[in-house]
Amino acid sequence: MTLTPRAYSYFPGCTLATTAVDYDASGRAVAAALNLDLHEVPDWNCCGASFPLSAENVMSFIAPARVLIAAQHAGQDLATLCAVCFHVLKRSDSYLRKHPEAADRLNAFVTEGDYAARVKVRHLLGVLRDDVGWEAVRERVVAPLQGLRPAPYYGCLLLRPQAEMELDDPEAPSLLHDLLHALGADPVGFPRQAECCGSTLLVSAPEANQRLSAAVIDSARSAGAAIVITACPLCKFNLERAQEGRPQAEQLPVAYFTQAMAAAFGLPEHAGPAFRREVAA
Amino acid sequence: MKDSGCTTALVVGAGIGGITAALDIANSGFPVVLVEREPSIGGHMAQLSETFPTLDCSQCIMTPRTVEVGHHENIRLHTYSDIESVRREPSGSYVVRIRRRAAYVDWDKCTGCGVCQEKCPFKVVSLFERGIGPRKVIYTLSPQAVPNKPVIDAQQCRYLQSKWDMEAGRAPAVDKHGNPVTPKCGACAKLCPTGAIDWEQQDRVIEEQVGAIILATGYDLLPVQRLPEYGGGELRDVVDGLAFERLLAASGPTAGKVVRPSDGAVPKQVVFVQCSGSRDPERGVPYCSKICCLYVAKQAMLYKHRVPDGQATVFYIDVRAGGKGYEEFVTRAQEEHGVVYLRGKVSKIYSQDGRLIVKGADTLSHRAVEISADLVVLATAYVARASTAAVAAQFGVAVDENGFLAPGDEEMAPVESGVEAVFLAGAALGPKDIPETVAQASGAAAKVLSLFQQRVAAEAHVTA
Amino acid sequence: MRVVLNPEALHGAFIREIEAISEQNLLACNQCGRCSAGCPLVEEMDLLPNQIIRLAQLGLETVIDSQTPWMCASCLMCQSRCPKGVDLPRVMEAVRQIALRRGDSRVLAGRIDGSLLASAPQMAVIGALRRGEK
Repeated sequence: MTLTPRAYSYFPGCTLATTAVDYDASGRAVAAALNLDLHEVPDWNCCGASFPLSAENVMSFIAPARVLIAAQHAGQDLATLCAVCFHVLKRSDSYLRKHPEAADRLNAFVTEGDYAARVKVRHLLGVLRDDVGWEAVRERVVAPLQGLRPAPYYGCLLLRPQAEMELDDPEAPSLLHDLLHALGADPVGFPRQAECCGSTLLVSAPEANQRLSAAVIDSARSAGAAIVITACPLCKFNLERAQEGRPQAEQLPVAYFTQAMAAAFGLPEHAGPAFRREVAA
Repeated sequence: MKDSGCTTALVVGAGIGGITAALDIANSGFPVVLVEREPSIGGHMAQLSETFPTLDCSQCIMTPRTVEVGHHENIRLHTYSDIESVRREPSGSYVVRIRRRAAYVDWDKCTGCGVCQEKCPFKVVSLFERGIGPRKVIYTLSPQAVPNKPVIDAQQCRYLQSKWDMEAGRAPAVDKHGNPVTPKCGACAKLCPTGAIDWEQQDRVIEEQVGAIILATGYDLLPVQRLPEYGGGELRDVVDGLAFERLLAASGPTAGKVVRPSDGAVPKQVVFVQCSGSRDPERGVPYCSKICCLYVAKQAMLYKHRVPDGQATVFYIDVRAGGKGYEEFVTRAQEEHGVVYLRGKVSKIYSQDGRLIVKGADTLSHRAVEISADLVVLATAYVARASTAAVAAQFGVAVDENGFLAPGDEEMAPVESGVEAVFLAGAALGPKDIPETVAQASGAAAKVLSLFQQRVAAEAHVTA
Repeated sequence: MRVVLNPEALHGAFIREIEAISEQNLLACNQCGRCSAGCPLVEEMDLLPNQIIRLAQLGLETVIDSQTPWMCASCLMCQSRCPKGVDLPRVMEAVRQIALRRGDSRVLAGRIDGSLLASAPQMAVIGALRRGEK
């Protein structure tokens, strides 16, 4: 099956540009392998890292709105990898569409252009399922992840709230499960697969963060998983950090879904150490 | 009196509501056509173990009525049947076409001996048993079924499927030696002492002329599949209220022994989750299902009777116990049987090491609460049956936004549909308990009798 | 303890402020407790999530002294399961904002552990500061 070439605007976000370059690099590599052309949004800024939950201040939408404005020119769907960026951009877009008066106020002082509700915000996982299709993903696999039992970890912000994120059912998600199946693995669902890793409590309440991430890891391990697969650099950091005190043999490696894809697509340079270690084991 | 058709009643649905209405009318001397979709009558009440608040055995209080229906000279009972079409005649009476589905058993020859059911080699999922136990491919719903005659589930019957495959050319009708192939199985036909198995039986359409109609088509429960955060039906030891009734019922698949569906062990920690889908405008139904607070208290007490050293815990938001004796009933569960009531809607149920972890809360003590349970009973929302809207439409009757039958005037004429000579009763109108259903059924029957009396009087006046 | 609930408190400025910031009708919450049942951070909270909205419903300003909104991770589990569609994360944010207006920052850049600052994904630092700084 020849892969139809598809083009998307791409927003890496600040974390993927710095502390999580491996996620960015593996994402670009596997996208290219699937004939997906990712055009980085020109002159982008941080999405804001948190979706404004207070309504009264339109100013807090400036950061994500600027990204959406910058993406408007290319006229393509905007794809993201970082779950939090996806959450912030998608919900901000949704908010501004529902509140045109807020969009007007915002447009009054943003000079880069006007937000015009023209961009569809997507996550690469949604692109894989809906545009590319699992069959095409399966065909691209040269080194199936046979015998591997990964725990698909969805976290919070990728899927909730379902009505706005429009990606998958947080109560019974299958997106990562289906991807991992297509890569030849045997994914293991677990009770905490869509529970919080602790998020920014890493900074403000580190002990609580530790407890939450440790609970996610323990839940995955109890279900028989050998590795945790995620779509968020903060989840990955939290889950790895929570295991730091434990003996190496007891630690569950954590990898991005793009690294799993890279391993299966025969692109070992992007599979990451966690994946190489696990597949080799 | 001559049966002009204008003083014959049609009752659609033979649960306790339909049965009550049919008996009231029949006992007043008027003919009744009683139509029921299932092979036998009794509805959901036939699945119950005991009823609240009296804890009467459900079968015991219902069987006298079902038997009376089965024998009544004024009742023409059509089970395993649906309403195919309805036509209003110029005279005002209705001509109803009833389709009686092929049962592949000749009920005139069948004596109800039960050998076929006993010897049928194949067990299949039983909707009546709600996942607790199977039934055979040829089956009656219960030992006390009225009529006590079986039907064959053609979809699952190997004889019929292989016979039809051969007839349609999908399978060879002769073997490699040229001998005719007999369809598979056929055990029931071989064993039936009266030769009642009729493989060629067809659907039968019966036409009845009636002068008044009562719709009493009953209710259903929200499927557990609609509650993914409670396992979505994948957790075997998370069951709904009717399934728990089948565990409790002496005539049920476990002979009344409360056991876990997964491994047959006796549960020592049973958690009841009220409002599973009810009072949930976001993801379930917005209304209160009314009967769950009472039946959960009942089920918790019955569980404690069977497993005295077990613990029953109920998660609730409010306890709604407005009927006669209902508050006292719930209080009994709490004070005399040690059933612990925790105020908080359960957020999630998942499986861990063979047990069920229930994450709830007790707002009264300001605690989030986690319980490791053996068995969880969900008091799932009481919903309109999927077929209610279609059946209602056949008679020109409306349904409300929740799919329940809608009277023309809910407040002052709750059993009148607004369509001439069509009346409504029971669970199909919305959540209600058995006493209310029976009362409404009698109310609808009284409306019909009043109508019929007027017609009789008018006719007498004319012929006088 | 006893509170005197008078109409002024029940329709007063505090409730109006919470509702304006959160854009939520507080009285839509019937205190079913599901939010608290599913919240992953209750172990660290002094008040349950449902108590936060309860105090807000009654106009009881002591709610801003609670640790609970600061222990909230905005994971949105409560909101995704609330039968009444109440957006509790937004109510939590409203309480946080009022607390910041009336008091001190909860997170200060200068007080974040240096090694954490160096290694943590900056999205965590930015997110924490946006939420906790005055």
